[in-house]
Amino acid sequence: MGSESALFHLFGAIAIIASLLVIAQKNPIYSVLLLIASFGALSGLYVLLDAPFVAVIQIIVYAGAIMVLFLFVVMLLNAPHEDTEHDLEVHPLLRGGPLRAGALLAAALFVELTWALTKGGGESGGFPGAAVTSVAAIGRSLFTDYAFAFEVTSILILVAMVGAVVLARREPGTK
Amino acid sequence: MPVLNQYLILSAILFSIGTAGVFLRRNLITILLSIEIMLNAVNLTFVAFGRALGSADGQIIVFFVMTVAAAEAAVGLAIVIGLFRHRESLNPDSFTALKW
Amino acid sequence: MTALLIAQIVLTLFVFFMLLNSAAVMVYVERKVAAQLQQRIGPSLVGWKGVLQPLADIIKLMFKENLRPAAADPLLFALAPIIAATCAFAAFAVVPFGGETTLFGWLPEGIRLQVADVNVAILVVFAVASMGVYGIVLAGWSSNSKYSLLGGLRSSAQMISYELSYGLALASVLLLANSLSLTDIVNRQGGSWWHVLPLWYVFLQPVGFLVYMTAGIAETNRAPFDFPEAEQELVAGYHTEYSSMTFAMFFMAEYINMVTVSAVATDLFLGGWHGPFLPASLGWIWFLIKVSAILFFYVWMRWTLPRYRYDQLMAFGWKVLLPVAVINLLVTAAGVLYFGI
Repeated sequence: MGSESALFHLFGAIAIIASLLVIAQKNPIYSVLLLIASFGALSGLYVLLDAPFVAVIQIIVYAGAIMVLFLFVVMLLNAPHEDTEHDLEVHPLLRGGPLRAGALLAAALFVELTWALTKGGGESGGFPGAAVTSVAAIGRSLFTDYAFAFEVTSILILVAMVGAVVLARREPGTK
Repeated sequence: MPVLNQYLILSAILFSIGTAGVFLRRNLITILLSIEIMLNAVNLTFVAFGRALGSADGQIIVFFVMTVAAAEAAVGLAIVIGLFRHRESLNPDSFTALKW
Repeated sequence: MTALLIAQIVLTLFVFFMLLNSAAVMVYVERKVAAQLQQRIGPSLVGWKGVLQPLADIIKLMFKENLRPAAADPLLFALAPIIAATCAFAAFAVVPFGGETTLFGWLPEGIRLQVADVNVAILVVFAVASMGVYGIVLAGWSSNSKYSLLGGLRSSAQMISYELSYGLALASVLLLANSLSLTDIVNRQGGSWWHVLPLWYVFLQPVGFLVYMTAGIAETNRAPFDFPEAEQELVAGYHTEYSSMTFAMFFMAEYINMVTVSAVATDLFLGGWHGPFLPASLGWIWFLIKVSAILFFYVWMRWTLPRYRYDQLMAFGWKVLLPVAVINLLVTAAGVLYFGI
């Protein structure tokens, strides 16, 4: 249908423009907010791909939790920009030297990825077959086929929690 | 009706933007944000392929990727806080000397 | 086909309009109930028994000057109340408030009184609630003042801490109902046991209901969990620097969040629009009655209980409410497995 294609292009454009602005902003808070906008667009794309569960989980986990964490850290550190004198005159993305090579490498990566991913012949119209949209089916598969990975993930989150607390703790006696 | 290739090209673009962000920016937080962009591009690829193959595996792997991304963001930001406390700077170039 | 489309558009606008009205009504109800609890009269001068008081308040707020501190970030300062108000309204888009109705026979077939019937409706409510944190934290940051920043960070830390218990209480209801769609959950609560006790989930999940209400009160920053915006401690916290319509938007967002939490609680635990004597197409009357009861409970709580101190509040959320919610989930899971409900 035309409306699906129009929505795909709209969400895709928002995601790309927001991501470009994320890496172009000097102020880290604007970067975080633009990334949230990008996540919203990706969530719309997941809905178009008949994955409503993943779409909502994206908002809850990524946009609602991880980005809040980033925002807290940026605010608590009162995160400065890349504060060298050079940065104040020239925009971070426009500096010369080895950084231009980095941009070329990213462009080369894009070309390679596109070539590799589209070799599989996915131009045939639409998505064939039925989608698995029900949360019940995902849950069933998660707790039977992927049960081990699920349990290991819970240990991973525990380790990350303890690690974050320990790493960010002030040593007693210092400032 | 968007075809699979369009989703894959979009995810390739997002992944390259994330990579460019890691290369080009000299601010630790922006580097971490670019890593999140890359992870999201990968998520989009997984869901697109899962839809094309008609299985739930794509969405389940995305579930795990999101969990790992959350854990990594938490620990990464804790490290950034520790580094900032020491050098008062978020520029990775200030941490090139190996002495603490 | 077009009759249904027009009906859907009218329904959306109607919900939006009624949410705005509910904020105004809540202003009046809060002041009147507070007055009765404190043995005074409350608003009584503007209109019959003070009914026009919210209108007077809104007009006063509109005429105030819209200030912005010079050092505040203009984009974020303007964006924060917009995010807060938008998320407050958006959460109500998936809440059903009535059964199938043909609007007194005007429509060819019935429409459900719900703006969007999503099959992951509970998660959408949760997602929009977690986006509401941004309005507060950005308001605190962009005001560029110490009280606002402290209030904003504390308030958002409180909200994300209580989101865990909120989600676990939701998960317990999911186990009983086997579905994420709010309409399905309400439909399962029709009927009654032995024609006496209605099949509401509050009787199967009393602890879950208490956990949900406590987490809901903390999520909406209402007393006794309203330390971050307490006038005595933090000079109004994250909305210190806001005036006139932007302050009204925060105010309104808080009341509409209250209404949303009450509406979702009604749908999940109190049987939604099911009730005796009325057919399903008039069920929205019962829905209104139940939501009003919960909102009265909210106001009653505010003017009766003393405020929690911030560290007591966070300790309660993490050390008491979260374990209770987890144990409730485990017991519910065991019960569903054993009794096969």
